[in-house]
Amino acid sequence: MRDRFVDTTTALLAEDPRTALVLADISADAFAAAARRHPDRVLNVGIREQLMVGVAGGLALTGLRPIVHSYAPFLVERTYEQIKLDLDHQDVSAVLVSVGASYDRAESGRTHLGPADVALLDTLSGWTVHVPGHPGEVPALLRAAVAADGSAYLRLSTLRNAEPYGGDGALVVVRDAGPGAALLVAVGPMLDAALSAVAGLPVTVAYTHRPRPFDTTGLRALADREVILVEPYLAGTSARLVAAALIDRPHRLMALGVRREELRRYGSAADHARWHGLDASGLRRAITGFLSPALV
Amino acid sequence: MTTLATTARVAEAAAPLDGRGPLTTMLERVRAGRQFNPNVLSTLDVLQVLYDRVLRITPATVDDPDRDRFLLSKGHAVAGYYALLAAKGFIPPDWLDDQGGPESRLGDHPDRTLVPGVEIGSGSLGHGLGLGVGTALGLRAQGLLEPRVYVLLGDAELDEGSNHEAIAYAGAVGLANLTAIVVDNSSATHGWPGGLATRFTANGWTAVTVDGRDHGALHTALTGHHGHRPHLVVAVIEDGE
Repeated sequence: MRDRFVDTTTALLAEDPRTALVLADISADAFAAAARRHPDRVLNVGIREQLMVGVAGGLALTGLRPIVHSYAPFLVERTYEQIKLDLDHQDVSAVLVSVGASYDRAESGRTHLGPADVALLDTLSGWTVHVPGHPGEVPALLRAAVAADGSAYLRLSTLRNAEPYGGDGALVVVRDAGPGAALLVAVGPMLDAALSAVAGLPVTVAYTHRPRPFDTTGLRALADREVILVEPYLAGTSARLVAAALIDRPHRLMALGVRREELRRYGSAADHARWHGLDASGLRRAITGFLSPALV
Repeated sequence: MTTLATTARVAEAAAPLDGRGPLTTMLERVRAGRQFNPNVLSTLDVLQVLYDRVLRITPATVDDPDRDRFLLSKGHAVAGYYALLAAKGFIPPDWLDDQGGPESRLGDHPDRTLVPGVEIGSGSLGHGLGLGVGTALGLRAQGLLEPRVYVLLGDAELDEGSNHEAIAYAGAVGLANLTAIVVDNSSATHGWPGGLATRFTANGWTAVTVDGRDHGALHTALTGHHGHRPHLVVAVIEDGE
């Protein structure tokens, strides 16, 4: 996904003189050619993330459209007040693009894990959040985000599904289990594991690569009594939106995602998915328990 | 600072600006009988010199891409700022009478979306210089080489590390259309041994330190940038003045 981001951003810089890119050393090598061609609009401030977002706010104040890029925890957690004040409070916007996701580089330990990014942006107002599940989804999502007016966050990952899905982020039914079935909403790269998990179970699976704004209209059209969220960031991040969308209906919700406790373990992304119960067998265990509580 | 000294100070700062009315009147309307603390008054002289003699901005050009930008980073210094904006015709003087009220556009920290002529919303310290660096870069990227970006900070505000990210980077890339103004009233808890200007000059800025009450010296300093490097003006406000 990072490669597609680099290629698309490089093209956008050439196509639209309003586009600017702000970096804090991360991925600077990948943008070296773009920086040579557009030295005034490809700005690497060094390892200074607060300044990276402050500069983006200043660029936007002059009418430019900044893309801001770093590792997820450095882009969103370290700069949270700059995002809140230098972008939102100034009534200007930017497109933030992270890599690393929740545990892409699990071997690097806690400092490089970013499971709280979407929850943090949820404390703010009006952010669009894209969580592509395949590299092929990245160019269209990035182009649409840059062409729009508001602020957007693209959460890129090395984890991916086998196939890309197009669309604008409205829920897409990938597996239809018929009337009365439970609805599972898989966000971004969680889709394939979720599909494996529900083999043989009465569960309809819908996919989205745009959890914000959450497709509540689609949710109301597809949901019956049971809803299962499978998100690649903190468990429960979208639970409040599902609860609000279904406020007039009796329903049960299980929200799966990355758990809050610090594991203090390295290993691989696959290891962390398993430890958080987000691999196919962990998901199946949780889903079976949710649908047949008496059997567990 | 005694009430008498404050009154004298305000009167002294109240030379008519441009025929629209003396600053004193405006300031007294903002003050509404309250006692200002010194940091409100410490910025008055530099604000007057900026708006009278330096900044290329008028109420008619607040949205002109070619205008100079003034960013008040120490957002608590609003009383003189609002009074000046009213005296210069950016905002109606009536707005001053209800500062901080439920229907007021003028808070104890300024909001750029509510006040014409205000370039940034500020209040949390350490945000203005980064925004100023980005603004200067954005102007340069669009070929707008005439406008200059002025950011007003306080010596205590420099405690915030975000400023030092901006100082180092602006110096490294020779951001020549940026001027930082630090009103130094010795309020930083741990001080700046060796002088706060050294934090800038070590990173390639030019710097001038002047008496923050001396309008002539302030004007010379505020227009004393060279064209290749970012510029710092330290406006020293001696304690007890």
